[in-house]
Amino acid sequence: MAGQVDALYIYLLLVAGVMSALIFVAVLVLAIKYRRVRVREAQQIEGSIVLEITWSVLPLFVMMTFFIWGAVIYFQERTPPANATEVYVVAKQWMWKIEHMEGQREINELHVPTGQNVKLIMTSQDVIHSFFIPAFRIKQDVLPGRYTTEWFKATKPGRYHLFCAEYCGTMHSGMGGDIVVMEPQEYAQWMAGGPSAPLQETGKQLFASLGCSTCHRLDVQGRGPNLQGIYNKPVLLEDGRTVIADENYTRESILNPTAKIVSGFKPVMPTFQGIVNEEQVNALVAYVKSLSQPPTGTAELQNQPSAPPRQPTNMQVQ
Amino acid sequence: MHDSQVTTVEHEAHNPALLHHFADAQQQKNAASLGMWLFLVTEIMFFGGMFCAYLVYRLAHYNAFAAASQQLSIKLGAFNTAVLLVSSLTVVLAVKAAEAGNRKQLVTYLVLTVALGLTFLVVKGFEYAEKFERHHVPGPTFSFTDTFDDGSQKIPVNPNEAQLYFSLYFAMTGMHALHMIIGCGLFTVLAVFAWKGHYSPSYFTPIENAGLYWHLVDIIWIYLFPLLYLISRHR
Amino acid sequence: MSREAIALKQTPKLHYLNNGHSLKSWLLTTDHKRIAILYLISVTVFFFFGGFFAMLIRLELLTPQGDLMGADTYNKVFTMHGMIMVFFFLIPVVPAVLGNFLVPLMIGAKDLAFPRINLLSWYLYIIGGILISHVMLTGGVDTGWTFYTPFSTAFTNTKIIEAGIAVFIAGFSSIFTGLNFIVTIHRMRAPGLTWDRLPLFIWANYATSLIMILGTPVVAITIVLVAVERLFHLGIFDPRLGGDPLLFQHLFWFYSHPAVYIMILPSMGVVSELITCFSRKRIFGYKFIALSSVAIAVFGFLVWAHHMFVAGISLYAAMVFSFLSFSVGVPSAVKVFNWTATLYKGSISYATPMLYAFGFIGLFTMGGLTGLMLATIGIDVHVTDTYFVVAHFHYVMVGGVLMGYLGGLHFWWPKMTGRMYPEAWAKLSALLVFVGFNLTFFPQFILGYVGMPRRYWQYPPEFQTLNVLSTAGASILAAGYLLPMIYFVWSLRYGAICDSNPWAAAGLEWKTASPPPTFNFDETPVVTWEAYNYDEIPPWERRVPVAR
Repeated sequence: MAGQVDALYIYLLLVAGVMSALIFVAVLVLAIKYRRVRVREAQQIEGSIVLEITWSVLPLFVMMTFFIWGAVIYFQERTPPANATEVYVVAKQWMWKIEHMEGQREINELHVPTGQNVKLIMTSQDVIHSFFIPAFRIKQDVLPGRYTTEWFKATKPGRYHLFCAEYCGTMHSGMGGDIVVMEPQEYAQWMAGGPSAPLQETGKQLFASLGCSTCHRLDVQGRGPNLQGIYNKPVLLEDGRTVIADENYTRESILNPTAKIVSGFKPVMPTFQGIVNEEQVNALVAYVKSLSQPPTGTAELQNQPSAPPRQPTNMQVQ
Repeated sequence: MHDSQVTTVEHEAHNPALLHHFADAQQQKNAASLGMWLFLVTEIMFFGGMFCAYLVYRLAHYNAFAAASQQLSIKLGAFNTAVLLVSSLTVVLAVKAAEAGNRKQLVTYLVLTVALGLTFLVVKGFEYAEKFERHHVPGPTFSFTDTFDDGSQKIPVNPNEAQLYFSLYFAMTGMHALHMIIGCGLFTVLAVFAWKGHYSPSYFTPIENAGLYWHLVDIIWIYLFPLLYLISRHR
Repeated sequence: MSREAIALKQTPKLHYLNNGHSLKSWLLTTDHKRIAILYLISVTVFFFFGGFFAMLIRLELLTPQGDLMGADTYNKVFTMHGMIMVFFFLIPVVPAVLGNFLVPLMIGAKDLAFPRINLLSWYLYIIGGILISHVMLTGGVDTGWTFYTPFSTAFTNTKIIEAGIAVFIAGFSSIFTGLNFIVTIHRMRAPGLTWDRLPLFIWANYATSLIMILGTPVVAITIVLVAVERLFHLGIFDPRLGGDPLLFQHLFWFYSHPAVYIMILPSMGVVSELITCFSRKRIFGYKFIALSSVAIAVFGFLVWAHHMFVAGISLYAAMVFSFLSFSVGVPSAVKVFNWTATLYKGSISYATPMLYAFGFIGLFTMGGLTGLMLATIGIDVHVTDTYFVVAHFHYVMVGGVLMGYLGGLHFWWPKMTGRMYPEAWAKLSALLVFVGFNLTFFPQFILGYVGMPRRYWQYPPEFQTLNVLSTAGASILAAGYLLPMIYFVWSLRYGAICDSNPWAAAGLEWKTASPPPTFNFDETPVVTWEAYNYDEIPPWERRVPVAR
């Protein structure tokens, strides 16, 4: 993907360079050829419709090539592949908190294996930040109150700069870090090195301890919708709209449940805003997603050492 | 500043109100008119930003906005709408009176306009007071426990979203009220000048242009009333 | 206008500058020319404030570490640089200085339609300026000139509301200027001056004024909402309280994108005047340039979300705005081509204003092309919020707007003051500006592409070389700006005295004396000729300054 962006950039540079050179040379040549000392009297030329049309339409065509190529790349950048590994990112002033699905947590560093599609699911605890990896030529603003995503596939091992690219206060320029790309074997070793529970396990425990399972039962229809298999499927709301149950919908249902009420259900779910912090929301979302996955689980989990069940983290105001 | 040769074009027996950078009274009148229309366009863009915010949030938080809107008094809103419409009538009549040179009528209608404007503001004051008592004023004292009645059930709403509604309600009606106050002030000044005889059939441009301003403020209310009060009464 | 020598007027005994010497006659003037001079002085003062902050930025960025000042201070410095330059220099400069002075003169009127509102505009600018200066001196604001929410509403303790009020008031200065220009151009043209005979500088100011009156109120109300949110702890833009930070960005950029066209269009108008005079030719493609100005104004309102490609807008919205952003490029390109074509078979002189016009064409072309690169979303994702964008907008704003302004200032200086500036020093300054500018900002394109983000107080060491180059350029640029300050003031006393038309230029402003009398024309002109009738004006001879 980075290569494609560079290719487009070189094309744009060439066109811009040629255009600029043309204009510079034209102005220079004309200014010298028709200088006052040589040409005492100017020849009045009103204009030329043909020229006007030519130099309006031709640039427009060239610009359309810019647009189309750029749009194609952008479409790919905004469409994460379905099989991408997900990593949750929580931005706050002035650090990046990263949580892998396996439970591994990092601050200001993101370890990824080569050859793997990685999708970042990001939110902010406070102001707008932006997750910028210049080497991969990608960037996405990270907003409070919702998830934004970006994805990449690293191809070469190494350390690459991570910058915050949306001004966020005092240490905006200090909110950097590294993307650490490793060969798959090394990555597996690194992943195995820390004690932690998979994100959806944490979510499952929260689901129970916060009382969600009282209404959202998996065996029978309870007071709330059965969440098995609902992730990324359409949901009919009681006002007639149909929405897709994606990350943002799931998150909203936890923090602002009366915003969208599923058809056939009563608006009785209390809000958890202020009761769960961003990382806990991420865990719950991961758990809900896991209810739509095939039971064997993903390849990464095979490397998961057995770990003692984690205590639910203290319920703090975010 | 005039050249020594006085031509008929340049030096008609001119109206004392003619400003000297204009060629003639007609040009001055046209300029003043165009200027006022352009100013009204800026006012529309100014309020437009708030209408835009309201529209966006209404779509995003329908239930809460509907519930909050149901807390406003349609009676008072409708009464105020009627008051403003009548005041626009008095403005038109004032312009006609100026055109006809009828000083007494002109002053009467100008004063009536101010009175109606003040009536509007007083009623608005009562509405605001009621909102204050019911803790619907956004800020640290805000509290909202009403539900959205969609006909079949009462749905509880997020109080933050209801607060958003009231933030926009106060911002929009408050900005409108500020423009009403300016309008009342403007018309009071005009009434005084009219009583002193500043206006005549050959010069009543300020009355016309102030009238345009008043009509715009009225039209803004005509939009505010249905958008804020009326559209959530039914599903 | 016959082919005989132009009737030149000598400096009158009584003109607008010496018609009343008291402070009151200046501070309560309704003469558009005096108001233009008042603006000239105030705008220059704010340019130096903004420039001072720029100097601090470039000095800090000489080293990768933050060592000259603390992080918070740096954040305030770049914010104040941006706010002052955008709201108190770039937006008013050409309309309020050159526009105010020239619009009535160019259309043969005695003054603008609303002279007292013109004075009010200046006072609003001054009041806004005093407030922003107070903010500057008592701690500044640290949100960036774009004051994005929720940082500006809920996470900063600096004087947002006061700065907001300052910008709000200055915005109304802008609105009233635009309103004045539109009414003047519509209603007060001299007899015979039809729309297709208007100088392109008038068309440019007309298009600019349309943007001023339509766009500025939107940022005004946005500022009100931000202030209200801060004061009463509301949640209009705060997601924790049901608000949407993206709504702020949409409302903000709905004005702030057209705002950049407010900045560039008048300078483009200046360039049209300069190219024609110093090629002794009618403009190539008059109608196309005139309509391009209006097209830029209209299309400029349709593209705001190209500032938000990575902000979280939908994929499809991004594509639409990318497509529309290219449409704005076409009229600008058309203008550049038409100016270049005007040079063909002209009789070109290299007076300083023409050098600035040449500089404008080159630098604006580069700035505009990099703008197209930014409109290409696949590229924008990588370079947005980096120094690439900083370089792009400085190319168009400094390489474009400022060069156009300086060219115009030199061109009309004899008209405004009756004196000529020293040509050799002026040429030197133009060269310093051109060289210094490119050295300052070209490295920033590279810096941006290799990944240096904007608004960074400290940066990884590998970016240092380019930053040092940039700072070196900035010092040359600063010299290029200081010199005119000195020689313009010098010229007021020692400059060659000029007659009414030292450049043998077309345009009604050159038919009246330099400086013009208070009411502009002794008789209202009646226009029977087309714009830029250089075929009817005798060939330019090297002007001999009129002896005192």
